[in-house]
Amino acid sequence: MSDATVIVGSSIGGVRTAQSLRLEGYTGDIVLVGEETELPYDKPPLSKAVLAGTAEESSIRLLTGGDADAARIRLLLGHRAIGVDIAGRTLELEGHEPVGFDNLVIATGASARPSPWGQRPGIHVLRTLEDARRLRADLLSGGHLAVIGAGFIGAEAAATARSLGLDVTVIDPLPVPMSRIFNPEIGQWFGDLHRSNGVRTIFGTGVESLEGEQGSFVLRLTNGERLNASVVLVGIGAVPNDAWLASSGLLVDNGVVLDEFCRAVDAPAVYAVGDVARWRHLTHGEDTRIEHWTNAVEQASCVAHNITHPGAPRAYTPTEYVWSDQHDWKIQVVGRVGGGASHTVIGHPEAHGRFAALYTADGTSLRGAAIVNWPKALVACRRGMATGITVQELRDKLESQLDPQPVVAS
Amino acid sequence: MPVVKADLQACQGYANCVVGATDYFDLDDDGIVVVLRTEVPETDRLRVTEAARSCPVTALVVEDA
Ligand SMILES: Cc1cc2nc3c(=O)[nH]c(=O)nc-3n(C[C@H](O)[C@H](O)[C@H](O)COP(=O)(O)OP(=O)(O)OC[C@H]3O[C@@H](n4cnc5c(N)ncnc54)[C@H](O)[C@@H]3O)c2cc1C
Repeated sequence: MSDATVIVGSSIGGVRTAQSLRLEGYTGDIVLVGEETELPYDKPPLSKAVLAGTAEESSIRLLTGGDADAARIRLLLGHRAIGVDIAGRTLELEGHEPVGFDNLVIATGASARPSPWGQRPGIHVLRTLEDARRLRADLLSGGHLAVIGAGFIGAEAAATARSLGLDVTVIDPLPVPMSRIFNPEIGQWFGDLHRSNGVRTIFGTGVESLEGEQGSFVLRLTNGERLNASVVLVGIGAVPNDAWLASSGLLVDNGVVLDEFCRAVDAPAVYAVGDVARWRHLTHGEDTRIEHWTNAVEQASCVAHNITHPGAPRAYTPTEYVWSDQHDWKIQVVGRVGGGASHTVIGHPEAHGRFAALYTADGTSLRGAAIVNWPKALVACRRGMATGITVQELRDKLESQLDPQPVVAS
Repeated sequence: MPVVKADLQACQGYANCVVGATDYFDLDDDGIVVVLRTEVPETDRLRVTEAARSCPVTALVVEDA
């Protein structure tokens, strides 16, 4: 049977879908379309080792031309998808003739939310390799970096810039950093982490205007303060790349809307994976879109299974997982944390140099966990989420492992 | 038979492998991967290869021995 699967988006979600299709024994044609001319690369190091200059760009390649040939994956790079004809099963591309498909996988990810304070040299966002190159070049000139937004990417870039010797200020309208994700007690510790590493934090304050040029920006803040900066990074979240589907007739609502098998609700030969996918998560009972690396990988393998096993599709019901490296903290978040859930904390950043916060919605079962610098707790939480451990059981287990490791006060 | 190879220098302790194939992978106290079984029978190849590919720092591969 001759068959063709066309995958749009050549980053982690798209590449892993192609590789998993071959692993599942898919024998049809696979075409991987990407807007960027770069060979597929990975994003997490862009705010960490690549920005710091401790990892080579070559270390983040997801696929070389040779790998693609060996797996019979046809790379169609440097062409942006601009539309899809669902009934005619063709994908329309910029600068290339349309490509026909039997199955289409949308893996176009997300883009950095653009700076509302204008775009000019010295004002950065961080999403692509080119963004990271440009930001790094500016950081190497030294000076003062102002980071707007204390989310994962802003916080990581702030930590990296400190390691490069810059003065760094992080500004966020939330009074407690990360409090959209965690409860305030834990969020407060993140603030402490930045300050103890020499980052100035201005929380509970917004940016009213950003004037001046590279090397001499002036940020006017909502608390009346004026802040000078040589470089600015705007880290205020991401938006799914779904606008190109506007004329397709596919249901798009902050991402491509999918059923529990990750198929478009209105076109069963169309799937989506990764940051652009909003699918019906049966155990959460709601439509869910996740902007984390592991989700893109797991969803890719589920979609590859569902394309190759149309008679026995698998519902996609993952447990969320994200990591973040900030200063000397390895932060890992499993499942769902914060919100209305109550929590219990084992360990303490200063007394033990590690901690785990366990979250429960019903007082008994584990709903999620945030873990810092504690690998055994991470494994216990990830295994426990899979087997349905209670918070009490997990607490007892972790407390017994918590040998005090006093950290010398700095 | 295919075998699992681990790059212990690269491992960062993210534990995706442990979740993907808990009978093949664990982490030690320092958060470095412990390969519990290196030989992968054909029946496990898909599952263990997917677990290896879920490593964010490509510390694991399944190769034909
Ligand atoms: C700096 C940074 C650090 C991160 N760190 C972490 C971390 O530590 N841990 C973690 O879990 N997650 C992290 N993430 C998130 C993680 O990288 C994303 O969840 C992941 O990249 C999503 O993969 P994706 O393939 O769905 O989308 P993307 O990576 O966004 O890739 C989409 C691809 O599609 C292409 N594309 C878009 N539109 C079109 C079009 N119309 N036609 C053709 N091609 C198109 C894009 O050029 C891009 O190559 C980080 C992200 C960034 C940016």
